[in-house]
Amino acid sequence: MSSAPTPKQGTRPVAVVAFAQSPSQRRIEQANEVELLMPVVHDAYNAAGMTKDDIDFICSGSTDYLIGGPFSFVTALDAVGVWPPKRESHVEMDGAWALYEAWVQLQEEECDVALVYGFGKSSLGDLNRILALQLDPYTMAPLWPDQVSLAALQAQAMIDQGLASEEDFARIASRARHNALSNPNAQVANDKSMEELLQDDYVVAPLRRHALPPLSDAAAAMILVAGDRAFDVVDRPAWITGIDHRIEAHALGVRKLTESVSTTKAAEVAGVNDGAVDIAEIHAPFAHQEILLRRAMGLDESTTVNPSGGPLAANPLMAGGLIRIGEAANRIMDGSASRAVAHATSGPVLQQNLVAVLEGAS
Amino acid sequence: MTDQIENGPVTMLSTPIRLDYHFTAGLAQSRSLRGYAEGQFIGQRCPVCKKVYVPSRGSCPVDAVATTEEVVLPNTGVVTTFCVVNVPFAGQSIEIPYITASILLDGADITFMGLVQEIPTDEVRMGLRVEALWVPEEERGPTLASVKYFRPTGEPDAEFSTFEDFS
Repeated sequence: MSSAPTPKQGTRPVAVVAFAQSPSQRRIEQANEVELLMPVVHDAYNAAGMTKDDIDFICSGSTDYLIGGPFSFVTALDAVGVWPPKRESHVEMDGAWALYEAWVQLQEEECDVALVYGFGKSSLGDLNRILALQLDPYTMAPLWPDQVSLAALQAQAMIDQGLASEEDFARIASRARHNALSNPNAQVANDKSMEELLQDDYVVAPLRRHALPPLSDAAAAMILVAGDRAFDVVDRPAWITGIDHRIEAHALGVRKLTESVSTTKAAEVAGVNDGAVDIAEIHAPFAHQEILLRRAMGLDESTTVNPSGGPLAANPLMAGGLIRIGEAANRIMDGSASRAVAHATSGPVLQQNLVAVLEGAS
Repeated sequence: MTDQIENGPVTMLSTPIRLDYHFTAGLAQSRSLRGYAEGQFIGQRCPVCKKVYVPSRGSCPVDAVATTEEVVLPNTGVVTTFCVVNVPFAGQSIEIPYITASILLDGADITFMGLVQEIPTDEVRMGLRVEALWVPEEERGPTLASVKYFRPTGEPDAEFSTFEDFS
């Protein structure tokens, strides 16, 4: 009989046993958030052979700024079923951070099973304006700097320091969207060469169209189980053997945009380089950020990056990070990888970063 | 520096913010909204607990299943609780005092807010039987504004036990 690997952090091993997501789409006009989320939560329950009554703790990630209405996470609970009353929490962050909170809760002996979900419809408002509001409200947000321009500043700084080239950005986008051809949940999948992509116009130099993520609507849900009980659910649970998240300064001017010290620190604590990494799902919404994050985590060429296509193929805000963890977990659960790394980001130009290491039982 | 000495530090600034959104009503709520245009309250029944939600958001919050069976509800219901609004506020469109009530439509398992008129404010009470008065057909649209207000039907009051779970 298999046994759970000893986790690097925490006292109880925790595993992903089921993951479900809706296909990312540019604009879902028929379904509201509850109608979008409910089938995904049901898919996760079904994949785990569970019902809502098996869940000890629920945590979600979403933001009212996307919907333009207050307490949208409370409304979303209609999709989940919280009667009789359940322990439930929410983070105004990507679902990956909801997973982190659930992982903390699962360290307690009386909490064995958690449901984690994230959802976001980027289509409801102007994302460039919405995301400007996460900046310093006195000196930056009033200027409404859009996220593409901020990313372009970062990309240009990388080019100026000789860390990357526009060809690198195109090569990454080409590979991501090629990989996405085998991902039914991807939104942008095609087979275009680097040379073809370099014909794209600039959106904000040095970022051409292909270096930007699509705008996506989607939801994702995951079930976590603590301890050997995970083996009752699936043959090969994806054990979270390491997880950590770090945040950098809010003011962009005090950060070195060409490095991600928060990712490096989180990767060290999570133990990314304690063993070979078969695959990494990296939440790099802009092509150049993949280079930066890969370097920050110390991943070499032996690691396959974003086999799902990653955020360049589908980028639902508030779910995209959780989807990285889910895609990595799927590859552990199906046996195609033994050790995987998942990364999630939040905030302007990679301000906050979470890194998780997932492993199959030996 | 000179500026700070002469004028003091900046203690306040105004940064206007405006965001525009599309609203996705969703399938269930769209049906309810279209019902208002037709002068009907349209709810949905949970296939598990059989409760009727109006307007439905497409799910039963207790059982977490999709509500697909549509239920057309009558115009009549009962005031489960209420308040008399005496406070003027910006954008107020009705002359104070007026009554805002929680109304349980006959056959529904959830209340919603409505105006109650054609009754003195000191006579409104829990258990009062009311009916919806719709605006003229040509003025109706997919909005709750299609309901002009609720007014007493003149029937005897409902027993408290029939609505105590909703008050």
